[in-house]
Amino acid sequence: MKLTQISVFLENKQGRLYEVCALLGKNKINIRALTIAESEEFGILRIVVDKPDAAMRVLKKNGFVANLTDIVAVEVNDHPGGLAGILKVLCANNVNVEYMYGFVEHSSDNALLVFRFEDINKAIKVLSKYKIGIVGKKDLVNL
Amino acid sequence: MIWNERMECMAPEELKEYQSERLKRAVDYIYHNSPLYKKKLDAGGVDPALIKRIDDIGKLPFTIKEDLRDAYPFGLFSQPLDNIAEIHVSSGTTGNPTVVGYTKEDVKLWSEVMARALCCAGAKPGDMVQNAYGYGLFTGGLGVHYGALEMRLTIIPSSSGQTKRQLKLMNDFKPRILTCTPSYCLYMAEEARELGLDPRKSSWEIGIFGAEPWSESMRKEIESTWNLLATDIYGLSEIIGPGVAQECKHKKGLHIWWDVFYPEVINPKTGKHVKEGEPGELVVTTLTKLGMPLLRYRTRDIVSINYGVCKCGRTSPRISKVAGRTDDMIIVRGINVFPSQIEHVLLGIEGTKPHYQLVVDRKSGKLDELEILVEVEQKIFSDEVKQLRILEEKIAREIESVLGVSSKVKLVEPKTLERSEGKAKRVVDKRVV
Repeated sequence: MKLTQISVFLENKQGRLYEVCALLGKNKINIRALTIAESEEFGILRIVVDKPDAAMRVLKKNGFVANLTDIVAVEVNDHPGGLAGILKVLCANNVNVEYMYGFVEHSSDNALLVFRFEDINKAIKVLSKYKIGIVGKKDLVNL
Repeated sequence: MIWNERMECMAPEELKEYQSERLKRAVDYIYHNSPLYKKKLDAGGVDPALIKRIDDIGKLPFTIKEDLRDAYPFGLFSQPLDNIAEIHVSSGTTGNPTVVGYTKEDVKLWSEVMARALCCAGAKPGDMVQNAYGYGLFTGGLGVHYGALEMRLTIIPSSSGQTKRQLKLMNDFKPRILTCTPSYCLYMAEEARELGLDPRKSSWEIGIFGAEPWSESMRKEIESTWNLLATDIYGLSEIIGPGVAQECKHKKGLHIWWDVFYPEVINPKTGKHVKEGEPGELVVTTLTKLGMPLLRYRTRDIVSINYGVCKCGRTSPRISKVAGRTDDMIIVRGINVFPSQIEHVLLGIEGTKPHYQLVVDRKSGKLDELEILVEVEQKIFSDEVKQLRILEEKIAREIESVLGVSSKVKLVEPKTLERSEGKAKRVVDKRVV
């Protein structure tokens, strides 16, 4: 199943990341995964949060440019070769990854991987077929 | 040396007779040869017969840039196209460029006023001039060329760019005069040092610099860097191109050839003349042009005027260096840039009109740099860096193709560009002027 990632445009200026995080914190929105893609002058903050709709509302209200992207989060055993195993499946089935990021969960032995696919529906089909655990909305809150 | 001593040094009272006669003829000529001007004069209730003296000039309506744009391409020509010998084009406020046409007689006039300008700067027949203004649709290159030809200089028509070759030609041919934009002159110094040449030992003794605003401090920098006399030249394609006014060696203002280009300085808000020495908008009437004569053309350049007689002996009034503009046009590397053109491009790319700002900078010894800040809007935002980079490049490419000037596009967060009283501040000029 698809999850929602929020991308926020940030200028490469001191304190901007803090401002976004502080804003979300103040509104009791919890960040579950985060990465920053950057160029020389700007960055794109990509986050997965527990309450994406509420997060979008406060971001827009505060003048940030943000959009929503469908992503897939996958849980994988936190051991050497875990990610490679998934990528092998994706590769063998011609599923293109636009970008991805990952982090280690503290409550289990799993790592969480966030994927942005070129063709998300195809990716979900492939992952399901190989019984790779996709994280649902509920799981996200309980991570 | 004074090129046309009779006209340039004539007592103002005597010259006034010429100006009156020429204005009378010009108004009559324009009324009968330009349908657009006839309409304009009729609509303003101006009977050409009422214009008898040069002091009657205030009775004539102004001509503005928009009149030229609306007449695109040839609507303001006062001669049929087959009498037009040459056409030049400069960028306009929106899509349409400004087109100017010269008859063969106008080209002769251009040669005359440019010869006056070259002489005024200190050129003598027999000198060699390296003309590094761009040749082509831009009036700079050919204007200087015609004047140099008229006064029998030896011309190196090197045009702009290809700096290494420029320096080699200077080193090998030893021209005494250099003509180019002031920023290009400083840029060449950097390159010269890299090639191991000492700019202070260059053959150039006189520089004739124009086509962009420059300051007294820049003059000092150029003069000490190149060990030459740096003079300012003024012109605009609507009037003729370079050669409307030129500094002499005293560098106390630019002599304007008022027997052919009659100057007025007005308050841009009221249209009334300002007092001598006070800043205002320069308005020029072409007294003898045939192809595209203009009455009271508002240049949008802010200058002051001094009617005192110069030590050099010329009796023509002198205008100050251009101190600014009445509109938001900026000149980048000699090219006119209007914020509205950028707006056009942005609108064309995303169908939205984002907030934007032009930042022009000129680091010491470098050419002008144009940076375009664009506020990111929801509609153009992507979660992929690649897409945003593509967008930046697309905007830059499009702007270069429309304006002919390269720029760097930078995306910024919304509402971060300065707005004053709700009105966007479109231009930040960091150049020292």
